[in-house]
Amino acid sequence: MKELLIILMSLVLVDNFVLSKFLGICPFLGVSKKLDSAVGMSLAVIFVMLLATAVTYPIYIHLLVPHGLEYLQTIVFILVIAALVQLVEIILKKHVPILHRSLGVYLPLITTNCAVLGVTLLNIDEGYSYVQALVNAIGAGLGFLLAMVLFSGVRRLIEHNDIPTAFKGIPSILIAASILSVSFMGFSGVVDGIFK
Amino acid sequence: MEQYLIPMVIVAGIGIFAGAILTIASKFMAVKVNEAAVKVREALPGVNCGACGYAGCDDYAASLVNDHTVKANLCTPGGSAVSLKISEILGISFEAAEGKYALVKCSGTFDKTNYVMDFKGIQSCAANKMFYRGRGACSKACLGFGDCVEGCDYGAISMVNGVAKIDKLKCVGCSVCVRKCPNHLIAIVPSGLTTYVGCSSQDNGAKTHRICKTGCIACKKCEEACRFDAIHVADYLAEIDPDKCRNCGMCIKVCPSGIIKSNRIKK
Repeated sequence: MKELLIILMSLVLVDNFVLSKFLGICPFLGVSKKLDSAVGMSLAVIFVMLLATAVTYPIYIHLLVPHGLEYLQTIVFILVIAALVQLVEIILKKHVPILHRSLGVYLPLITTNCAVLGVTLLNIDEGYSYVQALVNAIGAGLGFLLAMVLFSGVRRLIEHNDIPTAFKGIPSILIAASILSVSFMGFSGVVDGIFK
Repeated sequence: MEQYLIPMVIVAGIGIFAGAILTIASKFMAVKVNEAAVKVREALPGVNCGACGYAGCDDYAASLVNDHTVKANLCTPGGSAVSLKISEILGISFEAAEGKYALVKCSGTFDKTNYVMDFKGIQSCAANKMFYRGRGACSKACLGFGDCVEGCDYGAISMVNGVAKIDKLKCVGCSVCVRKCPNHLIAIVPSGLTTYVGCSSQDNGAKTHRICKTGCIACKKCEEACRFDAIHVADYLAEIDPDKCRNCGMCIKVCPSGIIKSNRIKK
């Protein structure tokens, strides 16, 4: 249990997917303009990460490893995740229209999100067990949510400020993102300290 | 040979399997698009203003088709014409749309009140409101940058002497400006109501009087004058109940600050 908590906390704070591993930067910059869409996107990411891990992990262990095809993991995972997200979208549209509407365009957008692919590949690299892999996926998703929520607040403040013309738009956003990323460096070692 | 064949079979197999599942799923789980919903959506103006209380024209159209207790006359910009069209499409009884319009609940023009700062930031009400609490001496004053003017699709709002002024004849009551105003000074009221309180200050009487020559000082004279129990002072601010007000004008006569006004259009 303690081990799972360590995985969860370290992925949210220390090894934050967006701010320390620089995965999923595209939605981080693209969808963080408004708080509600940022939260919607993050929830969709958490959901898909969990689902993708749940499906790709057995495929790797039971299909690829016995045949010595570990080198195929990237392409197989992309294929599986893309198909999976499409399937989930169809099912949600039919059976849970409310959830489908609130996830909206974000669900198809993350079919090829590198954060989702990254979490499944890292699970294999780290040699996690199935449960650990699932917790890892949730942690990565929560870290993504945290980064998105924080950054959407930062962006709102940037937008209503008087910044030099040269920095308007993307430059100011990128600088803010880098500062946020640097501030997360402060968390390194925190998790080890908590669970000592 | 085998070392090439197995990977190909596995990857192709997964691909074909996924494709097959998706094809089957999209066949069996296809969601029928309601034809009536498309027609209703076309009948609506497409302003996506949200005056009907739904998230947009699409949402309102979907709700109308799925639930026949939803009234067809909620679209304020479309008015009775759109209500009639929708009623015909859905085969429900027609009800005339109640006209609505927006009014600004602030009268703090330049001769009545002052700005407390010379704001050099981005010239918009939203930006100014985030800086301390806006540039007006009164925290509930019109900030005068005209966010509402920009938001209005019908050209009904103009800035006159530092305060937004809404042309009742052009206003369709879409409530876009209501959401634009960071001080929440704009209210949507039924067309029948022509008497209104032109102030939103909830400071006490003494403070309001000090910072603005024409604010509600909560003297309650209007309450006494009203014969229909339609106007009440709560939180140091008079408010008119649109259901009870008969626009008789008694409160207008007794108001010492002159903030209760009538915007009846003289014929």
